[in-house]
Amino acid sequence: MAFQEHEKNKTTSSEEVVSPNTPSAMHTSPIDLGHIEVLQILNEHGEVDGGLEPDFSDEKLLGVYRSMVLARAFDKRMMTMQRQGRMGTFAPNIGQEACIVGQVTSLTKDDWFSPSYRSFGAQIMRGWSMEHLMRLWAGFHDGFPPPKDVNDLPFSIVIGSHVLPAVGIGMGMNYKKKKDCVLVNYGDGASSQGAVSEALNFAAVYKAPVVFICENNGWAISTPAKKQSGNEIIATHGIAHGIPSIRVDGNDILAMMCATKEATDRARNGDGPTLVEAITYRMSLHTTADDPTVYRNEDEVKAWESRCPIKRFETYLTNKGILDADSIEETVASCDEKVIQARDVFYAMPPADPTEIFDHIYNSIPEELQKQKEEYLKRLHQKGVDE
Amino acid sequence: MSKLTMVEAVNLALSQEMERDENVCMLGEDIGVNGGVFRATKDLQKKYGDDRVMDTQLAECGIVGTAIGMAVYGIRPVVEIQFSGFTMQAFDQIEQNMARLRNRTRGKYNIPIVLRTPFGGGIRAVEHHSESREAYWAHTPGLKVVIPSSPRNARALLAASIREDDPIIFYEPKALYRAFREDVPDEPEIMEIGKAEIVRGGKDITLISYGAMMRPCKEAVNDLADDHGIDVELIDLLTISPMDTDTLAASVQKTGRCIIVHEGQRTCGVASEIIARLNEVVFEFLEAPIKRITGFDIPFPYFQVEEHFLPESEEIILAIKDTIDWK
Repeated sequence: MAFQEHEKNKTTSSEEVVSPNTPSAMHTSPIDLGHIEVLQILNEHGEVDGGLEPDFSDEKLLGVYRSMVLARAFDKRMMTMQRQGRMGTFAPNIGQEACIVGQVTSLTKDDWFSPSYRSFGAQIMRGWSMEHLMRLWAGFHDGFPPPKDVNDLPFSIVIGSHVLPAVGIGMGMNYKKKKDCVLVNYGDGASSQGAVSEALNFAAVYKAPVVFICENNGWAISTPAKKQSGNEIIATHGIAHGIPSIRVDGNDILAMMCATKEATDRARNGDGPTLVEAITYRMSLHTTADDPTVYRNEDEVKAWESRCPIKRFETYLTNKGILDADSIEETVASCDEKVIQARDVFYAMPPADPTEIFDHIYNSIPEELQKQKEEYLKRLHQKGVDE
Repeated sequence: MSKLTMVEAVNLALSQEMERDENVCMLGEDIGVNGGVFRATKDLQKKYGDDRVMDTQLAECGIVGTAIGMAVYGIRPVVEIQFSGFTMQAFDQIEQNMARLRNRTRGKYNIPIVLRTPFGGGIRAVEHHSESREAYWAHTPGLKVVIPSSPRNARALLAASIREDDPIIFYEPKALYRAFREDVPDEPEIMEIGKAEIVRGGKDITLISYGAMMRPCKEAVNDLADDHGIDVELIDLLTISPMDTDTLAASVQKTGRCIIVHEGQRTCGVASEIIARLNEVVFEFLEAPIKRITGFDIPFPYFQVEEHFLPESEEIILAIKDTIDWK
């Protein structure tokens, strides 16, 4: 479907590359990348492209809708809690819910997901409880490990450093002859990291079953995406490494679901990696420690308001006759309620255990570390922390 | 029992561990068809296939980063970095993920990687081919650092490292790769990681070293015994981290004197840590200040002058005599 169409375009694009051995190569204009189209099924008015409309069940569509609303509700609550001083620094996802939720809709339990820090909407879908994610952002050690039966990596704070391990998991799937796949999410800023280029390279050479989602939200803190590369179309990074790559409207949930479905199918069929560049926009702050008015124009943000991923999906579902004003209200209210419940569970959870910070560095604690632990316990005792 | 060089012993350990456990695989540059630039992996790809002995792209960060993912997925990768100086390209992945993923996931994921890499000077190589930066890795929580000094202990420590569930930096002293042969049992043999070895018992002074520096230390010990009647206790550290403080302390408690020798730069080097620990536990037994003979705080020099940078037995003999005579 849409993806194959895109593949054809890609071939056309590569035919235009002039061999550097021809004398005229240096004088050739840059390749025209303008025709690498962006896959869009649902436009910003919620109108569907009938030729591309996927055949997902009503139940699946409504479930995905609910996940997007929940991601936004979680986001809002976390912002409130942070401003109340009851949460650590937090990276909101508002405006990116289609991209974040859509990318994991075709993953199974045996597949792996390697999130970045703004992926909590996807993490919730993968089985992370919201109170667990609250622990994570509130600075508890037990918040970071993925839940017991969830095949995810924890996210890495050093931008892009999780992408190579994700590819390694894909290589491991090939090694163990499994038919699963791994999906890794990173941003436009991370696309500049050398380690991310190496990851694309390894995935391509070893035909690792990896889906790369480059969530291009326009900004890496204060640096606009166009400054991350001499060529602002990040999908071309995949093409350069021999990886089929596609650009997708990241605020179009149907496009996200379709593109990642095809990419995961390709991976499971042994056809190797795919790169999906999802074009979206960071409507809010980088994190709660950030003030974007310093570096970006509010007009730009306003222009993206009309492209809200949740609004347009609501229009589509309403036109489809499976959603109406009442059920929208009910969904929003019940998601808010669920987040409140998670918040209350989180507030009732035990305080951090300061004694366990030495216990997971090695499989068994070396003697010198044991001595340091005892010194630390003594310090806690002197401070009265252990009482 | 066969008489093997260290590089042959490394090859034997790798082969036997791959035979024993099908989850053991290898990644590195030129390790397959070519058998590695030092031939440490000679014929292993022929024997175990290119799925298990993987010739990778020229990208150290990529090699280590993907090996970490494989380890998370239950595979036990043995990575070869061609020269330890090139490990810096992978510093990011070693520090951010290899050393920390276990802690970050509170033990959910183990990272059983062995990163093998030849280190040290003395082979007349170009820049970046002679580094001894073991202190970096010893400074990094979550890693273990193992350094053999002979064919037999190289085989036994490498086999033990591959069976460990924690990530290990396995520094192979390349100057010793083909320096001498030693009897190595044909059957698999394991040595405990984290234990220093008293190579020679003595009562007058403790001499601590590891890796290729064990050779000049042994020469010095023999000369001192033969020509000066000084009875040196020689300790081979074998594991830099976690360090076997007890063995070192017991020896210095007995001898009251200590010299430490390593190729790596002095400031914040392994010797600094040993001195600090001895100071904590056997201060009252010391008869003289502890001396260190180390590389200088400069980048490893180009090879026309490298022999002047590397500690030799003459310096060790002088330092020991000075320490014995100290008042």
